Amino acid sequence: MIGCYRKSLILGVGTLSLVILSGEAQAAKISEITDSHFGEQLVRFFSFQDPSVRYAVLGSLLLGTCCGLLGSFIVVRKLALMGDTLSHAVLPGVALGFLWTMTKDPWAIFIGATLAGLLGTVVVHWIHTTTHIKEDSAMGLVLSGFYAIGICLFTMIQHLPTGNKAGLDKFMFGQAAALGSNDIWMIAIVTATSAFLILLFYKEFLATSFDSPFATAIGLPTKFIHYLLMLLLAFSVVVGLQAVGIVLISAMLITPAATAYLLTDRMHLMLIYASLFGMTAGLLGSFFSYLGNSLPTGPFMIVSASMLFAIALLFGGRYGIIPKRIRHMSQSRRIQIENTLKAIYQIREKSQFKIDAVSIQQLGNQRNLPIIEVEKEIRRLIKERHVTMSGTDLDEFDQGRLIYLTPSGWNTACRIVRNHRLWELYLTESAQYAPDHVHDDAEEIEHILGEATVRELERRLDFPTWDPHGKLIPTIMDLGDSHKAR
Amino acid sequence: MSPETPLPLEIHDLTVAYHKKPVLYGIDLEVPAGNLVGILGPNGAGKSTLIKSIMGLIPQSSGWVKIFGKSYKKNAKRVGYVPQRESVDWDFPVNVMDVVLMGRFGHIGLFRRPSRKDREIAMACLEKVNMAPYAQRQISNLSGGQQQRVFLARALAQESDIYFLDEPFSGVDAATESAIIKILMELRDRGKTLIVVHHDLTTAKEYFDMLLLLNMRKVDFGPTEEVYTYEKLQKTYGGRLTILSEVVETRRKRSSDLPVEK
Repeated sequence: MIGCYRKSLILGVGTLSLVILSGEAQAAKISEITDSHFGEQLVRFFSFQDPSVRYAVLGSLLLGTCCGLLGSFIVVRKLALMGDTLSHAVLPGVALGFLWTMTKDPWAIFIGATLAGLLGTVVVHWIHTTTHIKEDSAMGLVLSGFYAIGICLFTMIQHLPTGNKAGLDKFMFGQAAALGSNDIWMIAIVTATSAFLILLFYKEFLATSFDSPFATAIGLPTKFIHYLLMLLLAFSVVVGLQAVGIVLISAMLITPAATAYLLTDRMHLMLIYASLFGMTAGLLGSFFSYLGNSLPTGPFMIVSASMLFAIALLFGGRYGIIPKRIRHMSQSRRIQIENTLKAIYQIREKSQFKIDAVSIQQLGNQRNLPIIEVEKEIRRLIKERHVTMSGTDLDEFDQGRLIYLTPSGWNTACRIVRNHRLWELYLTESAQYAPDHVHDDAEEIEHILGEATVRELERRLDFPTWDPHGKLIPTIMDLGDSHKAR
Repeated sequence: MSPETPLPLEIHDLTVAYHKKPVLYGIDLEVPAGNLVGILGPNGAGKSTLIKSIMGLIPQSSGWVKIFGKSYKKNAKRVGYVPQRESVDWDFPVNVMDVVLMGRFGHIGLFRRPSRKDREIAMACLEKVNMAPYAQRQISNLSGGQQQRVFLARALAQESDIYFLDEPFSGVDAATESAIIKILMELRDRGKTLIVVHHDLTTAKEYFDMLLLLNMRKVDFGPTEEVYTYEKLQKTYGGRLTILSEVVETRRKRSSDLPVEK
């Protein structure tokens, strides 16, 4: 099969000094390697002894880079469906390219597929500008229509008596192991061109993607950039067919870029991350496909890419679900602690600060919590050194034991009560809230107010002493060293 | 108009159609330099369409537009633009500085990167709109008013002679609104020309030197004190134009494949 790639083509581009390309692909295909031992295959794959492994790996890495770069712009331009449309629209072109030469000539297929893909985008554009059918429907129409035509042609080809049809089915789901030196050349050229043009026109790509009317108004070539992107997209889809396949090539464009989008909010970083994810997915995909003896590569690449996406979704940066959860949990724990300290303050306040310590029972009543919950809270507070307890044994709770605030506990309690009462006063004085409408709001805001805001509130309210319910507002003087009741 | 100082904006017989349905007819306009001009009119009057077609963002069916005596394309560098805030995706992966730098892109030229000087200009513009501390902030974390200030800073970075602003006061807080109008008045005092699509009749009188009353066609254009009259506003916002739009509608239906001219 690889033999048919040998037809040498003179390429008018500079030489890629890659050892891989010099090999005339004498070695066995991956499918002929029957080792079943995982470790051995692992070594075999990553030692790159096999030219076909080298082809597969290099092709996947290059393609991953290319798809990551172009995909980033596709994602931020909200053209994700366009990649899908393009990739499905190329199928009739692949079939016609084959019918033209009656061999799996990569250049004939490349030309046929590119033309079909571009025709597809033109038809989408034409439908949605000349009728009132919207772009998404137009893409759906073209995607399925072209794909169906392609399938019909493929079925016809299968029934033809002549021609070397072997491997044509690989275009559906991809087979990186079937990549030959011509394929690698094409992928390399498309990747290099894409990277070069994106670098060259970076500011134009950026501005037209963010705000295309503005870009047009300041005289940037908005249309040129759009068509350039579409052309590069068509090329990358077509050269990626052999490795990833028609059905899933658009996922190679979207998934690594979407993963990068989750992790960064700068375009240039997104481009870098997306190409790294694309490369990783490509490498893993071709490796798994190798392990399974010429399983289709495309699905494994996309599974790998999707796994990366899932990991980013769960753990990644500020959008990660799990970090968000953890932040949320630690926040609600802090609020619990602050509420308990506040409750101790309030119990002491009721006695005009005559009592120094509170019992578990009192705390339970004040916080409206069962004793067992209160005990859990106290253990936490002791651990954070906000309170101490009379007696020595930490685990032995009984009715007689008393809880004392430490200086840091007293500080926090004062701060929260102060925030609460200042906020209540602010709402009643400045926002004309009724005094019985402010408590719930203050319950939430007391944990969020920063020191700057509190000082500002104090100043605006002219350093008040009493809250709307006639209770004393702790001042800055109560914070700090004073552990004694005022 | 003296030939040595061409007008900042001159429009002759401009007609614009969307899907063969005309939205602006036969607009003639000559805006003298150093004016803060408000465009007023009801929803769907074609206010945004007018400035977009001036800048070539929407094709013109007929007529012509001149910016300082030349075509828009030739003088694009002398034009600043503040599009509607809602027209872009604020989740786009750029920070405030990146956006303001885009104001310099028209001056930088192909294949070149923004220079240190471009960054300094962008930073100075951010300072003018009181957004300098937010330079490294991701744009999705901005409030509506802050977004509008960023857009204004981007237009300031264009260092233009005529500015088009599309509803710069919509959905912003009072502090931002007064900050923006102050900057616009300063620009006017420095001899710049500003064309502002506006939707608030109550503030129009105090903000603008000149008003363009628009409802699919030009109702009136002139100094605010002459144009801002009950009768003229009634004419702009009232039901006077129903007959015209009905005629247009029947014409459109009858000849749906012929572009409807004025």
